[in-house]
Amino acid sequence: MSDASILSDDFIRALINVGQVDVVVGLPTYNDGQTVGHIVQAVRAGLLNCFPRARAVIINADGGSSDGTQDLVRAASISDVNIASDVRALRTLHSISTQYEGGPASGIALHTILAAADLLQARACAVVSPESTTLEPQWIERLLRPVLSEGKDLALPVYRRHKFDGLLIQNLAYPMTRAIYRCPVREPYPADFAFSGSLGSHFLAQDIWEQEQGRRGTELWLSLLALVGRFKVAQSFLGTKARLENPRLDLVSAMRGTAGTLFSSMDTFASAWTSGREPLEAPCQGCEPAGNLEPLRLNRKRLYEAFRLGASELEPVFLSILTAETHGGIRQLAAAPEDKFEYSAELWVRTVYEFAAGFHKAVIDRDHIVQALVPLFRGRAFTFLTENRETSAEEVESNVEALCQTFENQKPYLLELWDGRK
Amino acid sequence: MWQNFIAELVRTMDDILRSIARFLPRFLEMLAIVVAGLVVALVLKYLLRSLLRLARFDKLSERTGATHLLRGAALPSLTELVSRFVFWVSWFGFILLGISVLGVVGIEQHVTSFFGFLPRLFVALLILFFGLLGASFFSRAALLSGVNASLPSPRLISWAVRTMIILFVISMAFEEIGVGSRTVIVAFTLTFGALMLGLALAFGLGGKDLARKYLEKRFGEQFPEDHSKEREDELSPL
Repeated sequence: MSDASILSDDFIRALINVGQVDVVVGLPTYNDGQTVGHIVQAVRAGLLNCFPRARAVIINADGGSSDGTQDLVRAASISDVNIASDVRALRTLHSISTQYEGGPASGIALHTILAAADLLQARACAVVSPESTTLEPQWIERLLRPVLSEGKDLALPVYRRHKFDGLLIQNLAYPMTRAIYRCPVREPYPADFAFSGSLGSHFLAQDIWEQEQGRRGTELWLSLLALVGRFKVAQSFLGTKARLENPRLDLVSAMRGTAGTLFSSMDTFASAWTSGREPLEAPCQGCEPAGNLEPLRLNRKRLYEAFRLGASELEPVFLSILTAETHGGIRQLAAAPEDKFEYSAELWVRTVYEFAAGFHKAVIDRDHIVQALVPLFRGRAFTFLTENRETSAEEVESNVEALCQTFENQKPYLLELWDGRK
Repeated sequence: MWQNFIAELVRTMDDILRSIARFLPRFLEMLAIVVAGLVVALVLKYLLRSLLRLARFDKLSERTGATHLLRGAALPSLTELVSRFVFWVSWFGFILLGISVLGVVGIEQHVTSFFGFLPRLFVALLILFFGLLGASFFSRAALLSGVNASLPSPRLISWAVRTMIILFVISMAFEEIGVGSRTVIVAFTLTFGALMLGLALAFGLGGKDLARKYLEKRFGEQFPEDHSKEREDELSPL
């Protein structure tokens, strides 16, 4: 199903000039002038090295950059590609850029890329993030190969990351997605991913594009949509993901994108996850679980103080979301000194599930529910950092696995809350 | 003379009896209206209470924070309050209707003005309800933003937001029903002005570091960096 209504006339003209393609690589940007040059070169090299016969196009959807990001993408010509001398381009590799309306929003950029890929009847589409500064040409092959050659519909990434990187993914998005949708995808909120043309059309046919999910947390929503639709999912190990010095999203926005999207999906896909479906496999190719252990200067005291402030100031909000037992547990935690503070996995899972049920019942404004989870997450992050301060990457992985088990074991409790039995 | 007196007395008695005879049916009519009004008001009250319970009105009231306010003032639930209000308004309306049947001079004008006042009272109550809803929403939003930005005393900020909105709403409601509207508006203006001045002073003097950080963030790095603190890594959530 084509949805060209959001594409500008000039952009459609440029796409018509390109003609039908096999592969689209989408690059959503907003003031990424510092990184976009390297990303485009790596993508081009990846396409020419690994898919020399494929008709391919790089599509940049920009949210209104003022630092010349679009010019950098347009200026990157085929002669700039620094690849092995024996590689020759068999087909013209186009690189086009468009500026979408209503941005910057990753969801609108994705919508633009999806609509363009659909119009070009691409067999596969990869989306890469301008924040993936360590992106190498091989990443393109690792993302696209499962879709083009192995019949998979969705290829999600697995990275080698710092053990304290992606705390919200490790403590919420991954374990909860795994418990609720019964599919162990390590990065359900992917920065880089690929999907088949048919799945792209399925994404495009959804009615989310005018809603909140079509602006924020869209990548997570699309992953969950593929899991619920029982599409064939694969995971590909890409390589090391650099830790962002200054994350683009603050914690509240990140919480809206993850917890907000997850809770919202649980409402929409309730019949799918409450019915006890069979687990969905997501085999991982070339996965290397080892993580980066270099020391970081993370201010744990600030997390502890932020938790205590939230626990005391937001008491009336928590009273309307949490059960008396869980709220009591949080009050006890807030009274504990820093060296005795431990936000256990059990209490964290109960907290998250009660928030999900509160979101479902809309006990207060839904965005307020998601925001209220932020100080509690800071408490959990404090415990995670403390627990794993001296541990190896394997031990961190086993701790995350134990958290996943707790999420799965407590799922009946969530179902009781969901049905209003508790 | 004695006969004249007797005749006058008989005529007066006759007039009184005739007046009573004229008044009694009207009085009975009034009693009937008042009793019928009581029945109608009771039926309305029970119907409304059941409807509101079915519609889970108390949940909405809980969400808006109205329940919290009512509990603080030792008042019953909002469902009970609305039902009782409808009961008294409708019964009072019937009582006034009944009195107007008596034909007492001047009463009819009061009855008309009472029924003219009812829509304005209803609008004022609506303003109050939605105002409380807005006050609860915005004060909670301020509280959450304050907590998540680790601002000092977020509850105070939230309280200030709630108080300002409630004051504004009350002044609007009084304006609608025309009770001391000027006094309320002046009181609101004074309170709002004082609060804003207080906040401006607090932000400028008490929170000068915060103000500085905000201005730096808003208008770029205009001030020299403080190198006395060690650089910290940011939490990476995603």
